[in-house]
Amino acid sequence: MALFSGAMAFALVSSAGASDFGRPATPDEIALWDIDVRPDGKGLPRGSGTVARGKQIFAENCAACHGDNGVGGIKDRLAGGQGTLASATPVKTVGSFWPYATTLFDYIHRAMPYQAPGSLSVDDTYAVAAYILSLNGILPAEGQLDNHSLPDIRMPNRDGFIPEPEFSGSRK
Amino acid sequence: MSERRGSDVAWNRRKFLAATTTGIVGSAAAGSASAETLADVPAREPGADLGALSARSTYVQIGRIPEAGPGRRNVDPADAINSKAPLQKLVGAITPSDLHYERSHSGAPDLDPSKHRLLVHGMVRKQLVFSVEDLKAMPAISRMAFLECTGNGWENWKKADGNLTVQNTHGLVSTSEWTGVPLKFILGLVEKETAATWMLAEGGDAAGVARSIPLTPEIVDEAIIAYGQNGEPIRPAHGFPIRLILPGMEGNLNIKWLRRLKFGDQPWMTRWETARYTQLLANGKARQFQLRMETNSVITQPSGTMQIRPGYNRISGLAWSGHGRIARVEISTDGAKTWQDAQLNLPALPKAQTRFQMDWIWDGRPTKIVSRSTDDKGNVQPDRDSFIATMGTNALFHYNAQQTWSIDQAGGVQNVLS
Repeated sequence: MALFSGAMAFALVSSAGASDFGRPATPDEIALWDIDVRPDGKGLPRGSGTVARGKQIFAENCAACHGDNGVGGIKDRLAGGQGTLASATPVKTVGSFWPYATTLFDYIHRAMPYQAPGSLSVDDTYAVAAYILSLNGILPAEGQLDNHSLPDIRMPNRDGFIPEPEFSGSRK
Repeated sequence: MSERRGSDVAWNRRKFLAATTTGIVGSAAAGSASAETLADVPAREPGADLGALSARSTYVQIGRIPEAGPGRRNVDPADAINSKAPLQKLVGAITPSDLHYERSHSGAPDLDPSKHRLLVHGMVRKQLVFSVEDLKAMPAISRMAFLECTGNGWENWKKADGNLTVQNTHGLVSTSEWTGVPLKFILGLVEKETAATWMLAEGGDAAGVARSIPLTPEIVDEAIIAYGQNGEPIRPAHGFPIRLILPGMEGNLNIKWLRRLKFGDQPWMTRWETARYTQLLANGKARQFQLRMETNSVITQPSGTMQIRPGYNRISGLAWSGHGRIARVEISTDGAKTWQDAQLNLPALPKAQTRFQMDWIWDGRPTKIVSRSTDDKGNVQPDRDSFIATMGTNALFHYNAQQTWSIDQAGGVQNVLS
């Protein structure tokens, strides 16, 4: 009975605003969900992390699926493969294939670790991204990443993509 | 009279049951089981109670096949990344919802529609939050559309495994009627800025799958925020309570469990449009934003691992194109030397699968059968050699070369490259 009257109340509220669908989104709640990061760095949260810290986080959270040093795991290989893309057996990794380092931050932040996405702090996410880049020779072992330096990284395969003309007219 | 006939049949059934339960299953008993005379057809009898749902017949064996990647079939469901539709057992153009292929990146979440929300923000004048009830109260449309995973056909890029069925080779495409709110209506509500040329769509699954969608006139006109599939609420595996439908565009763009649309003036370059759904060419460069699913077809009957007999055979299959309507399907029964027009089951709807068929008398000699489709924009499904010459063998996604089935002297049907 309580459920029934609750449904009735909801129906009345809905019909009262029927000509005006939805409600305004508040800045605070948008910030909760607004996690995407663009190649120009727009959307990157403030923070930083070192390769050394990333190595530790990776061993604890990532190596079980991706293997030690990002190679040999049951899931995607993350390192190596540079120079293989035009061969009969291309090896697509972050280092050999991914065109933007910002994508690495976006993906780890939104989807990894697989069982608990979003569980890494922003700083630890920068650290893991830094470590994966170091595995590919893109950052030195003593390197670090932050929201300013990440978009400036030029990935080895940055120019390896041919956008479809039909759908790239509005690209910058 | 009818009573006596009924009791005769009942007696025969009892005799059959007795024979089987005592282990004497001879040819006579087998004959009874397959009802060679009408007397062997089981008597009419009161059926099952009426219920809330209609189950399939217990005599029908039909289901999808979960797989973990090319060649990694029948895996533990926990390891599967997709599940393929049984094309060889479907007879029309519609895919039953529970047999619609599935591709999920972190499982199918169990979402409570009363708590689900769609946030629309970015380059819009009004940033709004919609409930599922809000969406269902809006103007709605329904249309038929196929969905196809860009990995469909990926078994045959480099070689053809002769043990594959059409479910293995082409089971990542399905067709449903989708019902929901035209994206255009939402664009009007939020007052999208004209400078916003791209839209990020994001799902409420654990992976938060997100794709950048170019706002071409075609996409703006045809996109649907859908809550209905084949007349009922979309099932969890396919995006409950709401998903994006972009007719003709690659499956991954049709974001399931949709919870966010953000407008911007450039693509976001998510993992799925850089590392994943891009097509590596022979020269090492990769095609990106190859979003449209190409003109395609496959013969589903007869197809891989089936057995045919000399004489009359009905060839049947499915054709589809992300460009528009299927205008023509041709079939060759002599290994692509000569072609005949197949009959199309009408209506052939734009960006929906169309069933085709053709009568064929097989002379009992080994041969190869193959289909090729043409859409109303004039696109012709390529033969394998010219397709590979363009795309190489490393692309992994967007395979639409003509599918050839070889038929040996004994009538065995096998997957071959061409």
